[in-house]
Amino acid sequence: ERTYKPVSYVDQMAIHFSMDGNLILKDSDEGRRQNARLSIEEGKFLKTQSFLPPLEDSAIISEEAEIKDAESTEDAQAAGEEEAEEAGTAEVAEAAEAEEPPPPRPRERKLANQFNFIERASKTLNNPLRERACQSEPTPCKNFSATANQWEIYDAYVEELEKMEKSKEKEKPRAHIAKKEEKRKDRRSTSLESQSDDITKVSKAAKIMERMVNQNTFDDIAQDFKYFEDASDEYRDQQGTLLPLWKFQYDKTKRLAVTAISWNPKYKDLFAVGYGSYDFMKQSRGMLLLYTMKNPSFPEYVFSSESGIMCLDIHSDHPHLVAVGFYDGNVAIYSLKKPSSQPSYRSSAKLGKHTDPVWQVKWQKDDMDNNLNFFSVSSDGRIVSWTLVKNELVHTDVIKLSVEGATMQGPEGLQLQTLGCGTSFDFHKKIDYLFLVGTEEGKIYKCSKCYSSQFLDVFEAHHMAVDAVSWNPYHMKVFISCSSDWTVKIWDHTIKTPMFIYDLNSAVGDVAWSPYSSTVFAAVTNDGKAHVFDLSVNKYEAICTQVVVAKKKNKITHVRFNPVYPVVIIGDDRGHVTCLKLSPNLRRMPKEKKGQEVKKGPEVEIAKLDKLLNLVREPASRA
Amino acid sequence: AEVEETLKRIQAHKGVVGTIVVNAEGIPIRTTLDNSTTVQYAGLLHQLTMKARSTVRDIDPQNDLTFLRIRSKKHEIMVAPDKEYLLIVIQNPCE
Repeated sequence: ERTYKPVSYVDQMAIHFSMDGNLILKDSDEGRRQNARLSIEEGKFLKTQSFLPPLEDSAIISEEAEIKDAESTEDAQAAGEEEAEEAGTAEVAEAAEAEEPPPPRPRERKLANQFNFIERASKTLNNPLRERACQSEPTPCKNFSATANQWEIYDAYVEELEKMEKSKEKEKPRAHIAKKEEKRKDRRSTSLESQSDDITKVSKAAKIMERMVNQNTFDDIAQDFKYFEDASDEYRDQQGTLLPLWKFQYDKTKRLAVTAISWNPKYKDLFAVGYGSYDFMKQSRGMLLLYTMKNPSFPEYVFSSESGIMCLDIHSDHPHLVAVGFYDGNVAIYSLKKPSSQPSYRSSAKLGKHTDPVWQVKWQKDDMDNNLNFFSVSSDGRIVSWTLVKNELVHTDVIKLSVEGATMQGPEGLQLQTLGCGTSFDFHKKIDYLFLVGTEEGKIYKCSKCYSSQFLDVFEAHHMAVDAVSWNPYHMKVFISCSSDWTVKIWDHTIKTPMFIYDLNSAVGDVAWSPYSSTVFAAVTNDGKAHVFDLSVNKYEAICTQVVVAKKKNKITHVRFNPVYPVVIIGDDRGHVTCLKLSPNLRRMPKEKKGQEVKKGPEVEIAKLDKLLNLVREPASRA
Repeated sequence: AEVEETLKRIQAHKGVVGTIVVNAEGIPIRTTLDNSTTVQYAGLLHQLTMKARSTVRDIDPQNDLTFLRIRSKKHEIMVAPDKEYLLIVIQNPCE
């Protein structure tokens, strides 16, 4: 600014210039540092100037040398300069270059204090981060949970066992055919399974459920059956009663009469009922039903046939085989294992069926070839043994019931033998070959399987047809017979006349011994009454006479005792089967005598009674 | 088939209120009751049956549950378990 500056007011003194200054002690740190700095700058200045007059400045150089502290390098440089002067301009340039960088003097140690501290940091260049990830496809996961109970472990073991067994079986030499069959079966079963709805698998559960539902509905009856014992029997002075329990009926059999009843020997609650008709005029179809006491509302098995069934018998060793005799003279075997409604084996006219209704069939023990066989008796006078050989029924005439002394003169001078009509028979329990046949004429023949033309004995039993004969289950010699001539007779087969005769005021349909006592038997009559006798209690009268069926015109056709339970079943000609419980009085077991079996007890009594009755004859021998 | 007939008979029996067939997962397949009731019964009884069966088998693995009956004031619920299915019947025992 090169202008006059007006000063506004002047007192006595006007200050034109002022400068503040500091005083630093020369020897202090700060003073020394400043000195050093000043000298360095002078040195630089002087150096640059010293180029131009090289020679002349030797004195100046020496002066410089004095000024500066560290002189050695200066001297060297001075010497270098001098040499350079001598060398020439090129050398001068070199020297100048050499001089250019300021002489590295040993500087004063820099003092480090907080005013002088310089931090210097450096950082490397960070590469930008980039993330790269890779993920594989997750393996498919599935949640599985289960409890390891003891029974699950057990099940697993059982399965293992079964698999092992199966593999062992497959290893057998029959592998080929067996495998093929198995494959076929498997295919069939799998196709069936896929076809059939799931419902069929509930069959077992459904069956059990039905029984339970029935039990609920008929709860009181079931309770009675199990537990009820008529207490009033004590006051009834040895009379007993029959308590009605269940009633079994099926609508398809409403018009048919019960023609045969039999308990299954293996399943004590299962019984078979055959339906047909006794009426000669009204012959229609027949049915075979198997009921169980556990389900009174519906039969377990139903079989139908074209001809009325007249009799049936269940094999004791093979409880699934039922032998049946028809009104048309045929016999058949039904197998309960097969679901079909048709018999497994059937006789036919070719195979020698009877020409008249078959009144009774009975299974026998297997013959020597282990073939099943059974006997049948019919009104055509033949007793035939049927053997099941290779899935066919083969018949053998065992005996022909010829009526003694009645040979007729047939046409062209032939001698025809009149044959008696067999209506019932029974085989002895112990003596295998011995059996009894009752006929329409009222005779009872004692026969043996070994003799085909001759009888062992004949009993003039009744005036009318013999409806039933039955050996006593305990006593070896006693049998009972009943007939439409209103009587029931008890015999000893060694004696020609009956021991006991009972007149029941009506045609007797059936009679049966009880399985628990040798002196108790039941008889059923056409007027709907059931009579139970106990010979040890009362020799002359029934201890129970009871009307069992509802309507008066209902005839009772059959009666059977259950082998285990105190129950009888009674069939009538309306197609109903009624189950009745025996009251305690009817079930009195004979008291044990010293040293004797209970079973034999009544027999001894009978023998005694025999003696009493038949004083004329020789006393009956004790078995 | 035969099973159908048996089920029909059960349903027609005196006092039976309803029948339900439940499969292994607890889903009702067949029922004679209304949907909500069916689903309720099926679910609850399925669990109960599993529990009951587990109990029986824990005690003796060779044993298995054949039938379960629950009698209440109003009616009786009967459950017949099968390998894969469950048959439930509700009945009013006539007393």
